[in-house]
Amino acid sequence: MSEPTLSRTLPALALAFGLMASASAAAELVIGMQQEPTSLDPTADATASIDSMMTQNVFESLTIVAENGEVQPNLATSWEVSEDGLTYTFTLAEGVAFHDGSTLDADDVVYSFDRAMGEDSVNPSKDIFEPIESVKAVDPQTVEITLKNKDAFFLFNMGQGDSAIVASESVETNNANPVGSGPFKFDSWTRGDRLTLVKNPDHRDAAEVALDKVVFRFISDPAAATAAMMAEELDAFPGFPAPELLPQFEADPRFRVNVGSTEGEVILAMNNAKPPFDNVEVRRAVATAIDRDEIIEGAMYGQAVPIGSFYPPHGTAYVDLTDAYPHDSTKAEEMFEAAGVAGATMTLRVPPFPYATRSAEIIQNQLSEAGIDAKVENVEWGFWIDEVYKKKNYDMTIIAHTSPNDMGNFARGPDYFYGYDNAEMTALWEKIQTEVDAEARNELLKQGQQMLSDQSVHGFLFQLPLLGVFRQEVEGYWSSSPVLYMPLKNVSIAN
Amino acid sequence: MAYFLFRRTLGFVLTLLAVSLVVFAVMNVLPGDPALTILGMDASEDAIAALREQLGLNEPLVTRYVSWVWNALQGDFGLSHSFRVPVSELIAERLPMTISLAVAGMLVTLVLALGLGITAAAQHGRAGDWGVMFLSQLGIAVPAFWLSILLVMLFAVKLRWLPPGGFAGWDDPAAALRSLILPTVALALVQSAVLARVTRSSALEVMRQDFVRTARASGLSRRRVLWRHVLPNALVPIVTIVGMQFAALVTGTIVIENVFYLPGLGRLIFQSIANRDLPTVQALVMLFAAIVVTANFVVDLLYVVIDPRLKARA
Repeated sequence: MSEPTLSRTLPALALAFGLMASASAAAELVIGMQQEPTSLDPTADATASIDSMMTQNVFESLTIVAENGEVQPNLATSWEVSEDGLTYTFTLAEGVAFHDGSTLDADDVVYSFDRAMGEDSVNPSKDIFEPIESVKAVDPQTVEITLKNKDAFFLFNMGQGDSAIVASESVETNNANPVGSGPFKFDSWTRGDRLTLVKNPDHRDAAEVALDKVVFRFISDPAAATAAMMAEELDAFPGFPAPELLPQFEADPRFRVNVGSTEGEVILAMNNAKPPFDNVEVRRAVATAIDRDEIIEGAMYGQAVPIGSFYPPHGTAYVDLTDAYPHDSTKAEEMFEAAGVAGATMTLRVPPFPYATRSAEIIQNQLSEAGIDAKVENVEWGFWIDEVYKKKNYDMTIIAHTSPNDMGNFARGPDYFYGYDNAEMTALWEKIQTEVDAEARNELLKQGQQMLSDQSVHGFLFQLPLLGVFRQEVEGYWSSSPVLYMPLKNVSIAN
Repeated sequence: MAYFLFRRTLGFVLTLLAVSLVVFAVMNVLPGDPALTILGMDASEDAIAALREQLGLNEPLVTRYVSWVWNALQGDFGLSHSFRVPVSELIAERLPMTISLAVAGMLVTLVLALGLGITAAAQHGRAGDWGVMFLSQLGIAVPAFWLSILLVMLFAVKLRWLPPGGFAGWDDPAAALRSLILPTVALALVQSAVLARVTRSSALEVMRQDFVRTARASGLSRRRVLWRHVLPNALVPIVTIVGMQFAALVTGTIVIENVFYLPGLGRLIFQSIANRDLPTVQALVMLFAAIVVTANFVVDLLYVVIDPRLKARA
């Protein structure tokens, strides 16, 4: 182990202020990020890393979602829902200002919503605003939102980065110079290198914020990420890209490894509109041919939880359906024969993510054990989006769906790239969306999971884990995330 | 001379035009939609349509190409589809990094290769020669990417002498130079292996000639003969390879920048192709093409300087 003095003299900007136990020293956190976004506006770009850095740190929404999935007040300190469940009256916090000094009031909320719902809107999650009929500023501290129909996910959706409140004066340049109202202010962005945030001293929760400065460093190569962590250039790497490199951190007393859960369901999607996958027996045969445990061991080094349907295991409505089609190569072979596709060729078009490419190789092997000639095609992301997603030019593919509450994908009908057409599912999802009673909704969600498993719509593989490596002194990071962000105001560095 | 310059300039312009056409065609034929890449899978149809409109993707191809060329001639390379800032700004902020790395790499390569190559030629048939040949073989075989990771593991993680990557910024020149050491070495080790061999064989060729024997016979020291007589005459093939290598170095920075997470043009072009960011890719490929053509041009000029006999022909 090298001496502390040698490590302190490393020129890295980030460690310049040190993490020493001194009241006058600024608390600075250096975080490694794998993916660098090209824009910093979560309301105009879907890149997940924008949310991890900006949402609820620089930008704020009306509500916020806690680690356990519960909706909590944020810019709106309280709200009232009308009897019919269609009108929400939000009371805004007092004295809130944007980082450029201008006040944040009901007019800004109305502006943000109008912009998100407008015809020219390029909001990546425009459909979460779909149920909204109107947004009105009753007075500077009160906003009234009226819905067309009840929406069980409304308050949750209002806590996302896509529904962040922005100011009309600064919105045009939010992609490069984000101006929000959050506990951290944007300081600088050296593209290709690092992004810096500083504490917002005027924020209403400033007293609770332990960090003075946060620096995000963009390192895409897993080997380089490991080296940077080991050389103590970084304090945390919350989205560590390589599960196979974790053991060296687990063995090192300086670090702790966190394996949490996300909302990302990894599926072996089958083109339900293309023969032979329009035949439920073929789909069930595929489900029988695959061995989830082997896939998790090989692709994720054991760091993932298997799923039997399209719902996260940590969710309140989870039903364990992983035993619906126990792995049996011989039985799968018989099922393929019975369906008349024995020895058929099936193509697996895979996007360039490690979880996908590694799983593909294992699945190819498992399918060949069941008598199927599976071909793996590794394609580029742009190609995947165009050919597989838009043109539905595929047999099978592997992808992770990371949005929360997305069982509704199966209700989007045959035009969606699944090619899945089931009016029953569509009707069920409509009921789920409008069922505001949590228990009743959970019952419906269980039914949905059962339906998807019965029809073996896809091969449901595993839940994408949240792998993080942290220095022991870093505290306050969420272990799992029900959303795409992680509020930094709870993070601190112990001494 | 004027005619020579005119011909070269015309060639330069035509090359760039051809490159721009090819890049434009390829990027538009490739499957993938920048709007869809920006807004993600779950975006609604009308949001994607609105963004396509904003990015000007609905205009006919010919119109888009012609207006791009027209603007480029005036120095306006348009707005990046993904960053939404002027492409020239994106390039300007990263160019110094890549050029510093390429120049540093070239200098170290030259020093290493010329030194080792001449030494090998002088020690022809003996231990020194075999040693250099073996090392250069290793250098050619080893991929720069793998070597980079090894260097980082040893010097940054184990010994903590140097940073594992990143660029500390020019505000602190000492720190900046320290961040450049490992990347430069990684680049140079591989390139100098090639150049050392070329130097060695070219020097050996020259050493066989009569004038060298005469120089030694008239009492000049071995060292003087090597460096003042052999090397200058061996330069023509060396300079040719150096010209090609400079181009390879500039494009080789793509891999190095990714491993050492340096904010250079290499990472930018990688990211932009994946994002289908046409304006940025276009401008960057043109820039790389311009660098390559310029490097060859400089090499041609150097020939005339090194070998005055060629001046008559030019």
